Amino acid sequence: MRLVLSYLIAGWSGFFVMAVELLGGRLLAPTFGSSIYVWGAIITVFMLALSIGYLAGGRLSMRAPSVRKLGIILIVAALSVLPLLLFAVPLLDAVARAIPDPRFGSLVGATALFFIPTVFSGMVSPYAVRLIVPDRSSSGRHAGQLYFVSTFGSAAGTLLTSFYLVLIMEVNHILMALMAVSGLIGVTACLVRGEANAQ
Amino acid sequence: MRNSWRALLLSGAMLLAAGLFPLHRAIADDMKLLHSERSLYREVLVYEAGGVRCICFTRFCRIGRQTCQDVKQPGRIVMTYPRMMLGALFVKPDPRSVLIIGLGGGTIPRALREVVPEATIDVVEIDPAVVKVARRFFDLGDSSAVNVIEADGRVQVKSALRQQKRYDMIMLDAFDHEYIPEHLLTREFLEEVKALLAPGGVLAANTFSSSRLYDHESATYAAVFPQFFNLKRENRVIIAANGPLPSDAELRANAEQFEEAFESFGFSTSKVLALFSRKQDWKPNARVLTDQYSPANLLNLRGN
Repeated sequence: MRLVLSYLIAGWSGFFVMAVELLGGRLLAPTFGSSIYVWGAIITVFMLALSIGYLAGGRLSMRAPSVRKLGIILIVAALSVLPLLLFAVPLLDAVARAIPDPRFGSLVGATALFFIPTVFSGMVSPYAVRLIVPDRSSSGRHAGQLYFVSTFGSAAGTLLTSFYLVLIMEVNHILMALMAVSGLIGVTACLVRGEANAQ
Repeated sequence: MRNSWRALLLSGAMLLAAGLFPLHRAIADDMKLLHSERSLYREVLVYEAGGVRCICFTRFCRIGRQTCQDVKQPGRIVMTYPRMMLGALFVKPDPRSVLIIGLGGGTIPRALREVVPEATIDVVEIDPAVVKVARRFFDLGDSSAVNVIEADGRVQVKSALRQQKRYDMIMLDAFDHEYIPEHLLTREFLEEVKALLAPGGVLAANTFSSSRLYDHESATYAAVFPQFFNLKRENRVIIAANGPLPSDAELRANAEQFEEAFESFGFSTSKVLALFSRKQDWKPNARVLTDQYSPANLLNLRGN
């Protein structure tokens, strides 16, 4: 159960990050356009936030790691998407008023909206590595499997969102659905008890 | 036997080619590439053939010439859609300020400069390479003639609203066969455009919707402009107003003022006037496109 949940959370987190990133382009377009520099700003913010998340997730895994805590990280990442639903439009308008240059405007807007959820999402993978690696000799193989699941999830999230989800749902509804799935998986992880939980 | 098969195949291929490239077949013969450059957004190509010079965004202009100009008579308007766009003058014959979103070769600003010389004309073009090409190859003149702003159309509309600007006429010409900037085809965008129009101001939009998108696009415009004129040839031009639409008699009377000017562009006002339709020919319950739901390009895919 511990293994299954660790892989599931890593894969779903990969899906979640890329879906939010693509929808981020959607959210920024009315205010800043959808030029290459707007995408550049979004990708920069996501990469930067992920890199910091990896660092923080690895640190956090040093102290009494458990699937329950991994589930909590997933839930916090989902909750930190909430401001997107509530304030994205007025916030981006305020940024555009303050910073007319769409390059730096979109960089600041993307930071305000996406940095925190992406930091938490980035914490998932290194933390999950800690939960699945049984010994040093197989650590590379297990880390590889985890990267595979997580990045495969990212590919799935990118494709499904850009090809299909935007065609049937509103941006905010997709975000809510993503949050709901994260919540569901996160709560399941929190309910796992006893020995299976910790390592 | 084999010969007849070959003849059949050959004639089939020729038929296919003729069907695929009916417009450009003649052009391909002596088509000369004058200029090409890769911009931030696309390849910008300038071709000349048969005395007509065109901007294209794809090799050999296979799909969609953007703007064309008769080299010997630069005043003549070669393509149909700018003629339809100029029909906006029949709704608002005396615009004092014009905003054009999408420059292309600058056919529309050039024509307007001639017809309504007292109007100030602002053009928004996202691609600096297109501005350069329009100035160099399409006789756009320098910035004193037409004020070109290099920016995203929607970003510029928002910033003009913040500066409390108003325009009597807004021309939306930022779409092509291949790609629709989706944030320029939503209810919120059209509401911003409407707010930027002075009372009685007119919006003309050159659109490319086919298949499923046609219904969605129509419903989106109808959500913001309860009535609008629909002009259809290869392209679709929507002409809407911030206020009630003029009667047929008013349209005709306004059109008369431009007969001479349009003659000099090489077409007649009556041909354009005949295209004005008030008929609602779309599914009214189609889903309105919004900033939250704007898969315009997916909806416009062939086969839908």
